[in-house]
Amino acid sequence: MSDPSGERLAVRKTYKLFIGGAFPRSESGRSYVVTDTHGNFLANAALASRKDARDAVVAARAAVKPWSKAPAYNRGQILYRVAEMLEGRRAQFVTEVLDAEGVSSSEAARLVDAAIDRWVWYAGWADKYAQALGSSNPVAGPYFDFSTPEPTGVVAVLAPQSSSLLGLVSVVAPVIVSGNAAVVVASEQQPLPAITLSEVLATSDLPAGVVNLLTGLTAEIAPWLASHLDVNAIDLTGAPLELWPELERAASDNVKRVLRPTETEAEWSADPGLRRISTFVETKTVWHPIGV
Amino acid sequence: MTLTAAAIPTDVASSDAALRRFLHGLPGVDQVGADARAAALGTRSIKTTAKRWAIDTAISMIDLTTLEGQDTHGKVKALCAKGVRPDPTDATCPRVAAICVYPDLVAIAKEQLGDSGVKVASVATNFPSGRAALSVKLADVRAAVADGADEIDMVIDRGAFLSGRYLEVYDEIVQVKAACGVAHLKVILETGELATYDNVRRASWLAMLAGGDFIKTSTGKVSPAATLPVTLVMLEAVRDFREATGRQIGVKPAGGIRTTKDAMRYLVMVNETAGDDWLTPDWFRIGASGLLNDLLQQRHKLTTGHYDGPDYVTID
Repeated sequence: MSDPSGERLAVRKTYKLFIGGAFPRSESGRSYVVTDTHGNFLANAALASRKDARDAVVAARAAVKPWSKAPAYNRGQILYRVAEMLEGRRAQFVTEVLDAEGVSSSEAARLVDAAIDRWVWYAGWADKYAQALGSSNPVAGPYFDFSTPEPTGVVAVLAPQSSSLLGLVSVVAPVIVSGNAAVVVASEQQPLPAITLSEVLATSDLPAGVVNLLTGLTAEIAPWLASHLDVNAIDLTGAPLELWPELERAASDNVKRVLRPTETEAEWSADPGLRRISTFVETKTVWHPIGV
Repeated sequence: MTLTAAAIPTDVASSDAALRRFLHGLPGVDQVGADARAAALGTRSIKTTAKRWAIDTAISMIDLTTLEGQDTHGKVKALCAKGVRPDPTDATCPRVAAICVYPDLVAIAKEQLGDSGVKVASVATNFPSGRAALSVKLADVRAAVADGADEIDMVIDRGAFLSGRYLEVYDEIVQVKAACGVAHLKVILETGELATYDNVRRASWLAMLAGGDFIKTSTGKVSPAATLPVTLVMLEAVRDFREATGRQIGVKPAGGIRTTKDAMRYLVMVNETAGDDWLTPDWFRIGASGLLNDLLQQRHKLTTGHYDGPDYVTID
């Protein structure tokens, strides 16, 4: 309680990871200090180790089946529910984006609105992307031939380093909308909006393990995810440029899908198109005999 | 606790009263202490070359088990193939100790394993409940041995044990042991039904006095199955029994051991409690099915340097 002079005991925050719907400490017991753009202390964040990444992959793998089997319409509803909760925490996100990115408060508000809109936009794609990316194919024979996109499985997402919320939402939502489970490595210097997003996801109806969030050094964790044989795809967006060749080489070992970010994508406000959904789906083509 | 040879009366099994006097005269188990000791031993960190050794040792100690009503000849054959060459891509991977099946599948397993060195273990005596007439249980054992079982996993009559009819349990084990002939006898205590650590200690001594070659925690059909503290109590019992009689008895935890970390905790406990004499497949076994896949994945990780996935091991 506040004393008569109005001074309160400071509540110093030490955040944890988000793995399998729970908030465990890093297995390594490490943490690091998160500051705002002026160097003022904001909070402590967990410094994830390779074993945390391994645990996150196990959690994500377990979530792939229930999440990808959920009806597309249901996935859309759940994602929309997440957007509702994002809206409810709007003020907190604005403060965190302001601290993290050092932008003006009106710009921070614009970024948060854009992020929520982006999430809603992707939620809408849940029961529509298959129509856009699938096809029925004319073939020379008595077959009804059609192709449908299916989720690839576990996707490692290296979230963008500078766009702490809009960029994050823009890389996470398209991965999970099709039924994939994601292991996300948050922005190294600006992880707080991501941590708050994980709190939103934990209390929405999203099944445990669909999104797992690691905070820490991207360069430390990324190689383990890139070489992990139970990861099906990796998004390199937040990886340091000099690490790309190594990560792509490691990813080739089990023929992972790799998403290389484009130059123009650095402007996260632009219309993202379907590229980020289509990269993380596999096309299944069915040849169905028809009566002659 | 130490017992000298003199502490075990020569007429220990002469009557129910004599057996009860001895078993109830065993020192009580400090439950809190046993739990704490087991938890403390579970925190050891084992890395790199030691881990590599532990994984290979654990693989060589596995009784690869399938005890389902839905078991088929095909499944047993597949399991045998896996037991002989757990990792088909790596010839340095040791084989498992034994394949554990129901009695009617012993012949299939025996034929499949041939002279590979992997033994055939069969549960018997009306596994898992142990509720049948003695003659039926003995027939069960004889049939499995006749089909070629190298090891018999019998269950004790928990009802008789819990109501204090120790001599009945003792006699049953003696007769089953006689029916086994040259086959090794593992005595399943089903610790999940024994309620207290004191009972676990008494049942361990009872099984050892009656001539069991191994004492085994559980059938795997009752929860809780093997736990670290229960195994600790049993390891202390075999250690003390060897001190008192000079005869070494093996220990087999079974059920609920699913990860490499679990397996390594057991190995640490064996080494710290009974000693490294027990750290061989002849004296320590792990009854498991899923554990082998996790051990293989960890082995791949140590060999290749990157994490492995369940896609790279067989689905049993």
